[in-house]
Amino acid sequence: MGFINVKKKEVQIKIVYYGPGRGGKTTNLDYINKKYKQRIKTEMVSIKTHGDRTLFFDFLPVDIGKIHGFDIKIQLYTVPGQVKYNATRKLVLKGVDGIVFVADLQKERRDSNLKSLEQMKENLLSHNKDAFKIPLVLQYNKIDLQNQGIPLLTVEEMEQDLNQELRVPYFVGSALAGDNVVETLKKIISMTLISFRKELQ
Amino acid sequence: MYNVSQEQLETIDVVLKEDLLSIGVHCAIIIDVAGNTIAQLDNGRCSFDVVSFAALAAGNFAAVDAMAKLVGEQQFSLHFHRGENESIHFSKVNEDILLICIFGQDVSLGFLRLKTTEVIDKIRLIWGR
Repeated sequence: MGFINVKKKEVQIKIVYYGPGRGGKTTNLDYINKKYKQRIKTEMVSIKTHGDRTLFFDFLPVDIGKIHGFDIKIQLYTVPGQVKYNATRKLVLKGVDGIVFVADLQKERRDSNLKSLEQMKENLLSHNKDAFKIPLVLQYNKIDLQNQGIPLLTVEEMEQDLNQELRVPYFVGSALAGDNVVETLKKIISMTLISFRKELQ
Repeated sequence: MYNVSQEQLETIDVVLKEDLLSIGVHCAIIIDVAGNTIAQLDNGRCSFDVVSFAALAAGNFAAVDAMAKLVGEQQFSLHFHRGENESIHFSKVNEDILLICIFGQDVSLGFLRLKTTEVIDKIRLIWGR
């Protein structure tokens, strides 16, 4: 639920990185945090388990400058990917304005991608939001693993599995190496801002 | 996306100042359930990161609310964390927004609860305009 503060002339927008466990959601935020360190005034907040897995969410606020005189403040969140944390995922999706679905290119993770995307659609419905209407970008992550001989799905297979109906923009990337991390972020920000263009004029 | 008029925001600021800061509350924040900060007023001596605080507070409130529902409660009426120097009191204004007060030992919890009930009524009226 983006919020326009007319008094402070600022807009707050919530973007959530969603996807299966160990898919690279937190790694995306880690990369953005390092890359834009000078623009990020605060520390990234991470609520983790002792095993370094996301327990509740990661949170990273990023200022991207002004549009129509408004300061645009993007708030990036991740959800915990582990299957058992669905109640928490639902909470993090509250008031979401745009979503990056981080899917795992590894062949053995095919099923997890599918299940996670289906559950995301259901979770959005519980907040009266529609995956077909909300700004959404897919990221096919871990392309760097192809150099290590790990069997990966092809882009065509990923598209067939996840994007046949949604027909949203996608990026093949590596959150670890930073490939297409910024491009994914730029795309979801621009799509979300476009969805708010009427309010911002 | 939603917005609140400048007049509404200014009236909210006045309420927070006159009813909460005046009794010794260190910082009063209005956030929405998505974790956005709508209004924030402090006594000039609070230097913590409000943006991260709002995100964590919204998450924390939502988690406690979900726990209440799991045990068959509509909501827990008191949501309060006591610290050595600073304590935090949460209250739900309506389905969309929360009021958070950070205060020290010089403010009694009972008095604060009384004041926040009044403040919530006032903010609901302002919000509904």
